[in-house]
Amino acid sequence: MSEIFNFLIQNEVLIYLLLFTVLLGFEVISKVPSVLHTPLMSGANAISGIVILGAIILIRSTDPENYFTLILASIALFIGSINVFGGFFVTNRMLEMFNKKKKNG
Amino acid sequence: MDKVLFLISAFLLVWGLRLQSDPASASKGNKYASVGMLIAIISATIMPIENSYDNYSWIIIPIIFSASIGYIIAKKIEMTSMPQMVSIFNGLGGLSAVLLSFTEINKWLSYTELYPQFVIVVLLVSLFIGSVAFTGSLLAFAKLDGYKWSEKLTLPFQHIINLILLVSIIVLSFLFIDNSADSNYLYILIAISLLYGVFFVAPIGGADMPVVISLLNSFTGITAALTGVIFDNKVMLLGGILVGAAGTILTVLMCQAMNRSLLNVLVGGFSSSGSSSKSSEQGDIKEITDSDFAVQLFYSQKVIIVPGYGLAVAQAQKLCKEIQEVLESNDVEVKYAIHPVAGRMPGHMNVLLAEADVDYSKLIELDEANSDFKSTDVAVIIGANDVVNPDAIDDTASPLYGMPILKVWESNSTVVLKRSMSAGYAGVQNPLFFRENNKMYFGDAKDSLQRLSTELKNL
Repeated sequence: MSEIFNFLIQNEVLIYLLLFTVLLGFEVISKVPSVLHTPLMSGANAISGIVILGAIILIRSTDPENYFTLILASIALFIGSINVFGGFFVTNRMLEMFNKKKKNG
Repeated sequence: MDKVLFLISAFLLVWGLRLQSDPASASKGNKYASVGMLIAIISATIMPIENSYDNYSWIIIPIIFSASIGYIIAKKIEMTSMPQMVSIFNGLGGLSAVLLSFTEINKWLSYTELYPQFVIVVLLVSLFIGSVAFTGSLLAFAKLDGYKWSEKLTLPFQHIINLILLVSIIVLSFLFIDNSADSNYLYILIAISLLYGVFFVAPIGGADMPVVISLLNSFTGITAALTGVIFDNKVMLLGGILVGAAGTILTVLMCQAMNRSLLNVLVGGFSSSGSSSKSSEQGDIKEITDSDFAVQLFYSQKVIIVPGYGLAVAQAQKLCKEIQEVLESNDVEVKYAIHPVAGRMPGHMNVLLAEADVDYSKLIELDEANSDFKSTDVAVIIGANDVVNPDAIDDTASPLYGMPILKVWESNSTVVLKRSMSAGYAGVQNPLFFRENNKMYFGDAKDSLQRLSTELKNL
């Protein structure tokens, strides 16, 4: 218990960041028209692939002899980046269609 | 240097998401966010790490492969399969988080016995949520793609089973932490978490999948944030929480569009399996012939098209636009009424019609459409069902009761294009089909519209 308490104190700034980011996330999205729900979901999904940063850091700090960790982390990186790149490309494709519309109309 | 880059990237992610909530700037927003992500990836790769071995080939090779695969999938995918696409991508994100937490747990354990318990707890939570997001998304994909498992699969005592699973996950977590490094507990933990993801989504009907995907997406975001805490990386934390919060809000917005609570969706909202009191009350349906249909449209003044999933499945959006043009050249006013949850995902219809170059201003939303129907000659319902079901308004026993719908029957007449008389996604019959001023036009939406288009051009 005291360990958790210590962690909170040590990471005070982190906790503040957490708090404000939650509010920010709510605020940023709250006024979205339903037209944009699909692209937005897809775009947000791409951002959630940010977990691959962890994989990159893990790979970099792993002993080159430790194949178990290296292989698992690279698979995580591989799978996660499909989510990231695919997500951004496909969102872009969807949104370009809206844009094209604007110019014609 | 890397700190500055992370800062820029965090700013771009937030600003990009902000821009994405307005149609005019959405495309720009996505570009900002992707640049932000790219900068984050680069900074994670170049930032100084204590005792770093770098291992760059283990990083660059997977990224090159996955970037090209992602690009190809994104290019090739049909706009109709967009919901499935998002759920598969989300599942991959979840799996990635699971692998990462698993590897990280192993690494901490191999270090020393002095690992901080807090780290393991956070990693276990991340492992659990990631697993649920992974199997949940895969099942959601299966439900969306083809109707295979689209029904609600409910085991007897489903809720009790789920509860038992949850409790055993918590117990196992404690056992694992107490008997440190006994990996058996970890493996069972992962297996149960994966199973829980399946049970979590199984009782939810296919029509509610968008809500589920959005929720699972916010789960993946939370996992990313938790992993960010472990790696002490603020961009991961920020990005993850941002997605977690945005996904939650989006989920709630979608539920509101269906006038249902999230809890109601999660426990399998349409659970009464269509035991509507009126469903037995049927009458005769009237079919309309090709030429009658064409003539009726041709001599109308105002036509409103109500597109649904049937249009998407049949890939008939371009034909739809073609018919719109023929009618407009004959001074018929044509509009599209878009129900917020038409199709399989909010905004699904907008994307499809945009693909077919339908002018944005021709799309009208629920409220405007409902006041427009009274002055409409013909409402053409293409492959939509539940969103035009009058039971939602006047049958309290209907599972759809309370959902805001398009009151198509207020127009002079309605024509429903549909493959068969089968029930809609919610599994209930639609009394609209038996109404006096309604006619049916059976067939696959693409074939039907093709016939109609030929007929119209002959007039």
